[in-house]
Amino acid sequence: MADQAKFAELAMAYMDPLYSAALRMTRNPSDAEDLVQETYLRAYRGFGGFQEGTNLKAWLYKILTNTYINMYRAKKRRPDEVDFDDAEDFFLFRRLGGLEAAEAGKTPESLVLDAMPESVVKDAIDALPEQFRVAVLLADVEGFSYKEIADITDVPIGTVMSRLHRGRKQLQARLWDFAVERGLVPQPPQPEAEPAG
Amino acid sequence: MDCEQTIRQVYLYLDGELTTLRRWQITRHLNRCPPCHHGFDFELELRQVIATRCHDEVPPELKARIAQAIGLFEPDPPAERPRLVDGPDQA
Repeated sequence: MADQAKFAELAMAYMDPLYSAALRMTRNPSDAEDLVQETYLRAYRGFGGFQEGTNLKAWLYKILTNTYINMYRAKKRRPDEVDFDDAEDFFLFRRLGGLEAAEAGKTPESLVLDAMPESVVKDAIDALPEQFRVAVLLADVEGFSYKEIADITDVPIGTVMSRLHRGRKQLQARLWDFAVERGLVPQPPQPEAEPAG
Repeated sequence: MDCEQTIRQVYLYLDGELTTLRRWQITRHLNRCPPCHHGFDFELELRQVIATRCHDEVPPELKARIAQAIGLFEPDPPAERPRLVDGPDQA
């Protein structure tokens, strides 16, 4: 059994990543603050049940995710939360690879990635449906394994894999949309435009 | 392993969730197939961009509020507490 006095020493270090995750989950700074605070209170109270030597980060994310679901899932699905059709494999790569390189030595797709601002990445994640958003966040931002994500979100590994697969494809489509919208890439090339009369 | 099979496993590969044999088969294909190699490199680069551009810092007030809530810091040092009545120190 872990000592509660040890909680602060161990758990405070995870506050930035937990807050970042809470922001992506709730998409709202004030809800994110409430969520993180509630997560820490629950974790503090439950720390006696935490087995030392096991994964504290995963344990905290499990509490964060459960708390998020309990506090916010009851809220209505937002109108902007649309489950898009899946994009093809290598969706973004195929589009960006078709652009002309503006600089020698760098591929066009690398240049666009380099120039991609935080706001575009965050907005693209925020646009994903909740279950995909959480899976992508836990895997791609936090680096959890499939097994850890399955445990955190309480679903089978196969479900994690399918959410990640679809979530990542939709994320690429959203990144492309936002990159076009904000002028990071030229408007999508029209397929062989007819010369104007 | 052909291009289609390889591309289908891009996420499993990057996530490190494949068996050693399957991983080796894909690596071998990538070494022989520049277009697939290029695509995998892009996916890896994209992963790094997503991981590094999604960080926010906790507002200091929230950090202080939580620290206080879990008793990390005393809300006020006892000496600064206003004394309402004269009397022996409440130790």
